Amino acid sequence: MVNLANPTAFVELTRRVLPWLAAATVALFVAGLWLSFAAPPDYQQGETVKIMYLHVPAAWMATFVYAVMTAAALGTLVWRHPLADAAQKAAAPLGAGFTFICLVTGSLWGKPMWGTYWVWDARLTSVLALFIIYLGIIALWRSIEDPGRAAKAAAILTLVGAVDLPIIKFSVDWWNTLHQPASVFRLGGPTIAPSLLIPLIVMALAFTSLFLTLHLMAIENEILRRRIARVTMLAAHEGDRLAPGLAAKGA
Amino acid sequence: MMGDPHLGFIVAAYAVAALTIGAMIAWVVLDSRRLNAELARATQALDGAKGKRQ
Repeated sequence: MVNLANPTAFVELTRRVLPWLAAATVALFVAGLWLSFAAPPDYQQGETVKIMYLHVPAAWMATFVYAVMTAAALGTLVWRHPLADAAQKAAAPLGAGFTFICLVTGSLWGKPMWGTYWVWDARLTSVLALFIIYLGIIALWRSIEDPGRAAKAAAILTLVGAVDLPIIKFSVDWWNTLHQPASVFRLGGPTIAPSLLIPLIVMALAFTSLFLTLHLMAIENEILRRRIARVTMLAAHEGDRLAPGLAAKGA
Repeated sequence: MMGDPHLGFIVAAYAVAALTIGAMIAWVVLDSRRLNAELARATQALDGAKGKRQ
């Protein structure tokens, strides 16, 4: 069993897995896009339903990535896993990207279907809040120089922000919203016809595979950043040790 | 699909998603290239400092 807490072992495993994961992502996107454009139009939405094949997977990823970050924040604060803070830091920009896609594609779907790009509806507002939380976490990581302190502060903010996840999920049940209730992950099973559901599932798998690929690469980047800091410090230390010797030679 | 009155919205949604995903990939790949080059430079500097001391 590979020790994933060891950064060197993690990088080795990542380099073995990444080509397969990247190939799976490309294959899933090709299949997903082909199925999406071959799918029949919806009886109410017409061809505009094609936006759903981007919007829904992006919305799922927006909350899934935040759930990953919440687990990583617990890993930092509770279990002190050496790579948990790297995983959390690496996931934040990706989560922000998926949330941005969700908001923009939702808005582009809303105009022809609802007659407006935006309403201050509970679901839309709580997803906008999630986007702002992502940006806040990214800003926090950048504003604190000491990596240990930055990791702790970002972990605390992530845990506080996690309260938004159940609000997003249940907003359509708790309040009267323009946004439709869940139609895939619901107790009675999906309410979508298989011809529309299958492309949606394949696109969701493509988005998940994309996230896993980019997340592993971004964690590896964080490990590299730490190595650079360590090697630079060692080089400076060697320079300090060398300086007295040179001064003595000069004297 | 080409005759759909909302084609512009569909194209715009796919364009925004493609650009955002492209930006996410570019961020990770370019960061990786920059960091690998920086690590090589830092390692060279460390080896140079060690060599001078010896």
